[in-house]
Amino acid sequence: MGRLSRAGALVGACALGATLLVASPAMAAGPVRLGSAPAVPDGAHIVAAQGRWVTPGIIDIHSHLGVYASPATKGLDDGNEATSPNTANVWAEHSVWPQDPGFETALEGGVTTLQILPGSANLIGGRSVVVKNVAAVTYQAMKFPGAAYGLKMACGENPKRVYGEKNQAPSTRMGNVAGYRQAFADAQDYVQQWDKYRHDLADYQKKKTAAAGGAKKAKDKDAGEDKDLTAPIPPKRDLKLETLAEVLHGNIRVHMHCYRSDEMATMLDVADEFGFKIVAFHHAVEAYKIADLLAQKGVCAAMWADWWGFKMEAFDGIQENLPMVDYPDRSCAIVHSDSEDGIQRLNQEAAKAMAHGARVGLIVPPERAIRWLTLNPAKSLGLEDRIGTLQPGKAADLVIWNGNPFSVYALAEQVFIDGALRFDRDHPQVKPRSDFLLGQPGVGAPL
Amino acid sequence: MKALFLISAGACAALTAQPALAQDFVIRGATVHTATAQGTLKNTDVLVRGGVIAAIGAAARGAAAATVVEAQGKELTPGLFGGLTDLGLEEVSAESQSVDSTLNLKSPAWGQQWRPEFEVSQAFNPRSTLVPVARIEGITWSVLAPASGDAIIGGQGAAVTLDGRFDAVLRGSGSLFVAMGSTGAALAGGTRAAEFMLLDQAIREARAQGPIGEGALLHGAGREVMARYLSGGRVVFQVDRAADILGVVGFARRNGMKAVIAGGSEAWVVAKELAQADVPVILDPLKDLPSDFDHLGASLDNAARLQRAGVRIAFSSGDSHNARLTRQLAGNAVAHGLPWESALAAITANPADIFGLGATRGRIAVGQVADLVLWNADPLEVSTLADQVWIAGRPVEMRSRQTELRDRYLDKVKTHQAF
Repeated sequence: MGRLSRAGALVGACALGATLLVASPAMAAGPVRLGSAPAVPDGAHIVAAQGRWVTPGIIDIHSHLGVYASPATKGLDDGNEATSPNTANVWAEHSVWPQDPGFETALEGGVTTLQILPGSANLIGGRSVVVKNVAAVTYQAMKFPGAAYGLKMACGENPKRVYGEKNQAPSTRMGNVAGYRQAFADAQDYVQQWDKYRHDLADYQKKKTAAAGGAKKAKDKDAGEDKDLTAPIPPKRDLKLETLAEVLHGNIRVHMHCYRSDEMATMLDVADEFGFKIVAFHHAVEAYKIADLLAQKGVCAAMWADWWGFKMEAFDGIQENLPMVDYPDRSCAIVHSDSEDGIQRLNQEAAKAMAHGARVGLIVPPERAIRWLTLNPAKSLGLEDRIGTLQPGKAADLVIWNGNPFSVYALAEQVFIDGALRFDRDHPQVKPRSDFLLGQPGVGAPL
Repeated sequence: MKALFLISAGACAALTAQPALAQDFVIRGATVHTATAQGTLKNTDVLVRGGVIAAIGAAARGAAAATVVEAQGKELTPGLFGGLTDLGLEEVSAESQSVDSTLNLKSPAWGQQWRPEFEVSQAFNPRSTLVPVARIEGITWSVLAPASGDAIIGGQGAAVTLDGRFDAVLRGSGSLFVAMGSTGAALAGGTRAAEFMLLDQAIREARAQGPIGEGALLHGAGREVMARYLSGGRVVFQVDRAADILGVVGFARRNGMKAVIAGGSEAWVVAKELAQADVPVILDPLKDLPSDFDHLGASLDNAARLQRAGVRIAFSSGDSHNARLTRQLAGNAVAHGLPWESALAAITANPADIFGLGATRGRIAVGQVADLVLWNADPLEVSTLADQVWIAGRPVEMRSRQTELRDRYLDKVKTHQAF
C-alpha cells in the first residue's frame, strides 16, 4: 500500500493522488483527486509529495511541555501549584517556558497544536492554554488565536494523596467530590453576586439617565443630583471564582483527569448538578467500561494506547480502550500523551490501538483512526471549525510523512503550521532550536 | 486498505487451548529470524524436541512430531528480552506494599550500609499479573534489576524466564547493579566524585581480612559478594553522561569487573572507547531529550552510532508494566538508522550474550531453549501482534488479566448494551 503513488489526505476519507492547495495560512482547497485538481496559481510553491502521506497536523490535548520542561530541574518545575486543592486562579501559560526543547521534538513528530495543562495534584488545577507549536520567545506568540481556555480538574488518587499526606482535605474520593461541589457552589454564588451587580448597575444607569432627563426639564433644580441614587459597588474580583464562573457560563472548557469509570460517572453527575459541561476525560484508562455513556453524553475520552498499572486507578488498563471507546455512534476517542516522549509518536500509539482493536473485530480504518489525533482533539478544544481536517478554509496545519503514518518506520518529513514550513527533515536549517541547546555538546554530525 | 487489518485467527485458536505440556512439535514454513549470522531464513521449518530447538531447515523437514504448526510464511523470532525491569517484583508502582524492587535501609549518607548481598530475584513472583501481560506479547525473559534505595549499590539481580515456573532464575545471569551519575550522586553525599570514593572503600573492605571495623560499608556477606564481582563479575552501571561512562569503564577495568552500561544516553560520544573495551550498552533508543544535565547529548541516533562503532547494544525502557514495548524501541531505532537485524539482536541475542545466556537463549539455533514467538507480520512493527508464544517449548496460554477485562466488556460495547 505504501507503494501507491499517494499524496493522501486523511479527512474521513482517503484521497489518492490528490492535490492540496494552500493559500497561506489557510487551505484554499481540500484535497482533490487528480483530474479535478484546483487551479494552481502562478508562482505557487509546489511541494512534491508523490508516494507520501499527508495528514492534518497532530493535536495533543494533554501536554505539560513548557510547564514541566526539559531539563527537569527544580528551577523549571512549574506544573503543579500544589499548595491548595483548588487553584482555579492559576493559568498554565504563566508557567510555560517557551525554550523547552520538548516543543521541537514534538514538532518532529508532527504535533502542530497542543493544550498545555497544569498538573493533577489539585482538584481544580487552573487554566490550560492552547498553543500552536511554533518556536517563539514568548508564550503569547505561541497562543492559538481565539482558542478558549480549558480548566484542568483531577479525579482520584493524586489530589487525595497530595493533600491527605499533608493531613488536610481531601484525603478520600468523597473528600474530592465535596471539594468540587463546594467550589462550584461558591462559583454559583459569585455568579449571582455579579448578576445582581450588573442588574443594579443597569438599574442605576437607567435611573441616572431618567434623572438627568428630568433635570433638563426642570432647570431650576440642581443638575440631576438625586441623593437616593448611588452607583452600586462591584463585588471584589476573585480570580478563582472568576475562572469557575466562566466555566458555568460555558466559556471555559473542563478537561478532567479521571481514570476510573465510576469516577467519570460521578463527575458527569456533578457537572449536571451545577450545569457545566466536561468536554473530555483525560487518562481515561477505564473509559471502555462506559463507552456508551460517554458517547451518549457527548464527552470525549483521551487515552493512552497501553499505559497501565503505575497506580491503583490505572490497574484496569487494556490495549483495546481506544477502539472500544471509538465504537459507539457519536463517540469521541482521543489519543493523548501526557509525556514529552509520547507526544513525539502519537501516530504509533494510534497504530497499536488499531491493531489490538482489529484482533477482536473492532476494525478502525486509518482514515478514521487519524481522527483520534486530529479531529476529535480539535472538537474537545472547540476548534473543529479551524483545525483537525484537511478542508478548505481550515488552517493549513499539515504533516507530510515518508510512509504510512501508522507504521513504526514512518517519520514526518515536513510539518507546516498555518501554511508555513516549520520542520523539514532534509533541511536542518528549517528546524527550531531551543536557546537552551545552543552551545551545548548536542548531537554531533549527522549519521 | 482493509487488507492490512485482516486478522489471522486460525493459527492461534488451535494452540491456545492447552497450557503447558512440553511436547515435540514442528513449526512449518516460517520466515525465521534467527538472530544469528544466518540472518533470516524464508519458508523454513523449526523442530522442537524436549523444549529445545532440535533442527532447523532441511533437517527439520519431514521430522516426526506430534504437533505441526503451519506458519504459512509468518515471522518467527526468538523470545524477546523485556529489559531491566521489576517484572514479578511489583504489581502497582504507587502501592509500596506491592513493590519489592528496592532496598532502602533509610541510613543517613554518613552511616551508609551497603548490601551487595541483597538479591532481588528472591522476591520474584511468577504469578504476578504483569508476567502474562508481557508474555503474551512475546516477552519470554527479563532481567530483574534492583533499583538503588539509599546506597549507590542496589544489590544483585538476575535474569528470569517468564513461563510461570517458581524456579525461574536463569543460571549464570547474576549481576550487581550500581547507580552512578546524578542518581548516584544524590546517594553519595551530593557529588558523583564520591561514588568512586565509596566504591573504592567498599573494594578495599572486600579485599581486607580480619574483623569489620567501625564505619564499614560492608558486612561479612557483603564482603564475600563484593569480592566475587572483583574477579570478573558482571556489574551493571546505571550511567548516562559521557565522562561518567568513561570513568566507569576505567574503574571496572582496574578492579576486575565486567562492566555493562545501562542508560548510556551519551554513550555514542565515547562509542570507540566502549567498543575497544568491549563494554556493552543497554539503552532506551527513544531518549532524545536533555531530561537533565547528564542527558544533554541524548539523541535518537544513539543506537545506530553505537552499532556502527562496534558496540554491543541491547534495548530496555525500564518499564515493567510495558516491558512489552521493547519491540517498539527496536522499530524506532530502525527508523533512525539501525539495521533491522541489529535491532532484532538488541532485543534477543545481544542481551542474552550480555547476561551470559547466549549459549541457551536469544537465538533460533539448534541446541537453544525453544523460546519462540510467531508473529502476524513484521515483529518490529507496532501494528504487529504475537499469534503464539512458546517458552521452553511449551505453548503459552495467550491470556492475561487484560484480555479477561477486554472480553468482559467487549460484547457490551459491540451490542450497545446499557452499562
